[in-house]
Amino acid sequence: MIISVASGKGGTGKTLVAVNLALTLSDVYRVQLLDCDVEEPDAHIFLHLATNRSEAVVIPVPRIDETKCTYCGRCAEVCVYNAIAVLKGKVLVFPELCHGCGACSYLCPESAISEEGREIGVVETGDSGNMEFIQGRLAIGEPMAPPIIREVKKHIDRVREVIIDVPPGTSCPVVEAVKSSDFCLLVTEPTPFGLNDLSLAVELVRKLQIPCGVIINRSGVGDEKVEQYCQEQGIPILLKIPLDRNIATLYSKGIPLIAGMPEWRGVFVTLFQNIKQIDSASRVVK
Amino acid sequence: MKEVVVLSGKGGTGKTSLVASFAALAQSKVLVDCDVDAADLYLLLKPQVTEENEFWSGQIAFIDKKVCTECGLCQEMCRFGAIKDYFVDKISCEGCGLCSQICPVNAIIMQSCMAGHWFISETSYGTLIHAKLGITEESSGKLVTLVRNSARLVAEEGKFDYIISDGPPGIGCPVIASLSGANLALLVIEPTLSGIHDLERVIGVCRHFGIPILVCINKYDINEENSYRIEDYCHNNDIEVAVKIPFDNVVTEAIVEGLPVVEYSDGKVTQQVRELWKIVSVKLNN
Ligand code: SF4
Ligand code: SF4
Ligand code: SF4
Ligand code: SF4
Repeated sequence: MIISVASGKGGTGKTLVAVNLALTLSDVYRVQLLDCDVEEPDAHIFLHLATNRSEAVVIPVPRIDETKCTYCGRCAEVCVYNAIAVLKGKVLVFPELCHGCGACSYLCPESAISEEGREIGVVETGDSGNMEFIQGRLAIGEPMAPPIIREVKKHIDRVREVIIDVPPGTSCPVVEAVKSSDFCLLVTEPTPFGLNDLSLAVELVRKLQIPCGVIINRSGVGDEKVEQYCQEQGIPILLKIPLDRNIATLYSKGIPLIAGMPEWRGVFVTLFQNIKQIDSASRVVK
Repeated sequence: MKEVVVLSGKGGTGKTSLVASFAALAQSKVLVDCDVDAADLYLLLKPQVTEENEFWSGQIAFIDKKVCTECGLCQEMCRFGAIKDYFVDKISCEGCGLCSQICPVNAIIMQSCMAGHWFISETSYGTLIHAKLGITEESSGKLVTLVRNSARLVAEEGKFDYIISDGPPGIGCPVIASLSGANLALLVIEPTLSGIHDLERVIGVCRHFGIPILVCINKYDINEENSYRIEDYCHNNDIEVAVKIPFDNVVTEAIVEGLPVVEYSDGKVTQQVRELWKIVSVKLNN
């Protein structure tokens, strides 16, 4: 089963949930933890697991053979991202704008365009025991996260229990990371910000038709409105993690909750069972 | 006119609370919310919308079934796997236009799509430019550029001294769009190992684009050892740590009340935030 862990807002404890759920499950199951928060991948901090394989993520960008080019301007005309400009006697390519769609090379009437790979980040993997860990890292200064997320997700092994740490927000990188999961856990906090961002995240998973459940982190701060909202919307609250100094301290030191406070193991086991139940129920309905 | 962008790497570190407080403290300013896919600033500033605009971005492909001969060329050539069974998956389509260019019977048209809204609003603290990106939409970078340009116009017309911008999370396309040409990036960071890791990556992006940096440690007392590490790291990299703000639940209480924290309490947090704005404004005027 593929469970994605998302949150409209950053810093709500998404990584905490993803890491501890994956670690707990790896006692029994073969697990994959995918860190798809490729702009700020942090899950590895809690894992003490060396990644030993690294692949570059490249996107194809055009290279112009000026001996064949007639400066007809067709490539610039078809590139909707303005990644090519044709001047008198010169073709300029702006690699960071190029999405690698291939339109220019396919449509150049002189076959003057070939493609070369440009590295925009890496995917790193490592394993220990039952756990396989895969993370993507966007290179500094590069704008496009989705191609890296796509590469990370190519490693998904459906035989395993797969946990995905999703980037914050509700735009394209989030869609790329959440898409095709069987269940989405939405981690939020009980504040007006948490509620606002949760409702956006709910809209997103509904649009993708993925069943979801909510985890309230730092429960006890703020107000009751997140719970009210979940009730009104018929979204199950699967777990509440209290605002607790010990939990915050463990997190700040990069120690997984279930390592520092082993009593939490059982909580994550129950969480997983509840998710499984919802999942099989929703399959029956389908 | 000087622009400061408040960033945090992961988000959820208190960025929006700070920006709202700066809104209350700064005299002559325009406010911008560049966190367009999980915009929260409006919850504290309570804007009255004076101008609402549609945000049209990119295009998506549409196959006219009546014309399509099911030759399969488009699905073979689409690099984003967006066409299956002669049907375009709107969420996967990147709008590159290749399919519509190559379809032998011209069965594919590109349709513009409305990807969100952006607003010019009045608040009791001044003008706020903000936006709402449609759920699952792309082009958040473009929308960020749009709200920033609009803020510039408003600031120039009104001869305001400052633009104060609530930045998006991460280091990718929206962050890059929020930074280009800004006068200062204020990085709000929590003393956790993941916070430190995120900080290094955000600093990398700011340096890449040549934006001066100022750091503020929020909730410094949840792990003082890590706070020292951040200070050390900044010192070694010639970056000033402006203030250290203690953890205090008044920040959350203020959010629940819908107020900037400096208007809600007069405690230690407020003192530090006032001090921080002083330092920021001096930096901006240098
Ligand atoms: S389409 Fe080909 S020939 Fe025309 S300007 Fe571009 S590279 Fe040159
Ligand atoms: S591959 Fe696509 S995005 Fe890149 S330059 Fe060519 S047409 Fe533009
Ligand atoms: S290329 Fe045109 S005709 Fe061929 S399958 Fe696609 S839409 Fe249909
Ligand atoms: S516009 Fe580009 S991404 Fe969209 S379906 Fe056509 S080829 Fe694929």
